[in-house]
Amino acid sequence: MNHRDALLTGLLRVADDHLILGHRVSEWCGHAPMLEEDLALPNIALDLLGQARALYTYAGEVEGQGRTEDDLAYLRREREYRNLLLVERPNGDFAHTMLKQLYFSSFMHLWWEAACASDDATVAGIAAKAVKESAYHMRHSAEWVIRLGDGTEESAARMAQAVEDLAPYVDEMFAPDDVSSTLAPQTLPDNPALRASWDAQIAAVFSEATIEPHVPRASISGGRDGRHGEEMGFLLTELQYMQRSYPGAQW
Amino acid sequence: MSAVIDLSLDERRAWAAAAAVLDPEVPAVSVEDLGILRSVDLIDGVAVAKVTPTYSGCPAVLAIELAIETALRDAGFEARIERVISPPWTTDWITPEGREKLRAYGIAPPVKGTGKGSLFSDPVVACPQCGSEDTERVSEFGSTACKALWRCRSCAEPFDYFKCI
Repeated sequence: MNHRDALLTGLLRVADDHLILGHRVSEWCGHAPMLEEDLALPNIALDLLGQARALYTYAGEVEGQGRTEDDLAYLRREREYRNLLLVERPNGDFAHTMLKQLYFSSFMHLWWEAACASDDATVAGIAAKAVKESAYHMRHSAEWVIRLGDGTEESAARMAQAVEDLAPYVDEMFAPDDVSSTLAPQTLPDNPALRASWDAQIAAVFSEATIEPHVPRASISGGRDGRHGEEMGFLLTELQYMQRSYPGAQW
Repeated sequence: MSAVIDLSLDERRAWAAAAAVLDPEVPAVSVEDLGILRSVDLIDGVAVAKVTPTYSGCPAVLAIELAIETALRDAGFEARIERVISPPWTTDWITPEGREKLRAYGIAPPVKGTGKGSLFSDPVVACPQCGSEDTERVSEFGSTACKALWRCRSCAEPFDYFKCI
């Protein structure tokens, strides 16, 4: 893989992670269990979409075919999306959503931290802002995982179920691939190298939350190659509806 | 010689027009106060304003860019906006005047240099109403991308805190 193709693929993967997760989080708007969360979750979704926009815009420049952020976000087919399976998982209950947020924001916080040192000034610029925003997301979700894990019998049981449900989707974040081997660590972070710090962060939160770590299980992957779960098509149907129905529509 | 002086006068005039644009969501502060207007240069007769986006998810970024472009046109310039990502804006770029205006408007200005964040700690934020530091965070995420919701234990007033990034 040459440098340009690897950078394009690497940018699209992370951009897709943020777009798809941003969409999932936005589904909570109006449904969160309390008013502060009804403000917090759309705020987090907006951050994720904003980060996705910056990444798509740059991906479009790197590609050099004149595709805009909107073309990349709205006008690709399901198999062309390169997001992690973790981020497309349906929201489930609030415990499930918060654990998913903790997993992803902890991963991205480490990723952005490493990307701040990128030899690519645009990547470093996007990362320098996003790393601070992801710190807010990480803290928000960690507080909820602790509150629920160390809460009532009901909340602890739901958190334990979330740990079980999401266990198969953890490994994909750190899988070695041709982008990492071409560009890491100078231009984009080396995903496999982030694993140890991530494990330590999650273990610290779990210990505070009195949650048993998940038993290692067979992992499920495929998102990075465009092979998604059946829920992805439904998500894209809603996400792409306006642009598919009214091509080129603008606000 | 006079041409050079005229040019710099025009550039100063263009800067003044652009710098006076107010934040649509926090109209107490201008784009100059916030530190997001990086420069205004006259290039081949076009006023080119360099603007740094604030929070990634801030929906006001486009509105601000459009307002700056409009202000430059109203001042008689042909205008173009360039978005500058690097170096990234941080809340440390808000000017001392901007911080004072935020406080007077009822928004606690960001605590300097705490943007990196950590898992389990809060900054010490002074209440913009009574000045007390006996305050607590109600919610990390408030009414806009840039604000968190806090409460003062001394005067019991809730207040917005301009989030540090």
